[in-house]
Amino acid sequence: MPIQYYIFLAAILFSIGVIGVLIRRNAIIVFMCIELMLNAVNLLMVAFSKMHYAAALTDDAKTAVGTDAQLFVFFIMVVAAAEVSVGLAIIVMMYRNVHSVDINFLNRLKN
Amino acid sequence: MEPTEILFWIISGIAIFSALMVLLSKNPVYSVLWLIVVFFCITNHYILLNAQFLAIVNMIVYAGAIMVLFLFVIMLMNLNTISEPRRTLWVRLAGVVSGGLLLTVIISTVRSAVDMNDKKALMSTGDIGLIQNLGKVLFTSYAIPFEISSILFLSAMVGAVVIGKKE
Repeated sequence: MPIQYYIFLAAILFSIGVIGVLIRRNAIIVFMCIELMLNAVNLLMVAFSKMHYAAALTDDAKTAVGTDAQLFVFFIMVVAAAEVSVGLAIIVMMYRNVHSVDINFLNRLKN
Repeated sequence: MEPTEILFWIISGIAIFSALMVLLSKNPVYSVLWLIVVFFCITNHYILLNAQFLAIVNMIVYAGAIMVLFLFVIMLMNLNTISEPRRTLWVRLAGVVSGGLLLTVIISTVRSAVDMNDKKALMSTGDIGLIQNLGKVLFTSYAIPFEISSILFLSAMVGAVVIGKKE
């Protein structure tokens, strides 16, 4: 598959995530859109790793080019799991204090 | 057209449609369910690229753990009955326009890049995504980041408990 199609797919998914962060007011939906953006980037990184692997395969049949990118995707997933646990705890705490998950209520941090 | 290419188009279509439905659903529970569909599609893309380890990890961690966490939080808050206040039309329009501009810029940049023209991602072959090869690299040259990530998990766990605790 040409690499452009993967870039287009990842860009479309990333832009949908950006639009979701901008237009929704529910903090949980905003958080889910951030997960969507992370996944788009992961998909693109795996596609690029296979692209470089295919390029290196013509020179050396036992090459390991591209393994690093897939491990980076693994570490992104690890960090995303940690981030989700803390972020959802913050949302639960916010809901307990203001009884809403509307992100417009978060401006009381200002005063 | 080869079968993998047909599968690529079908799965990409489902992924984009479900990602749009995440935004358009009024009920947060439906948003979570559509997002699980997106994650399944991305898992299928990993399988098509023969990244088997990442496919399994994506399925277990994202669709299995993270989305269940989201569902639990939504059901604990009893949000599925409250209708969410919407932004004004102008703010929504500005959001869509700015996201669309970002997409346009990325696509036009990629289309005009000359050195991308004959590059192909290898599908359904290649053994760098197998657990054997990834594990060898992970436990030799990436051993220290792997151990540090366990500390990250410990601190995230402690942080979540401290934040979520009642006063």
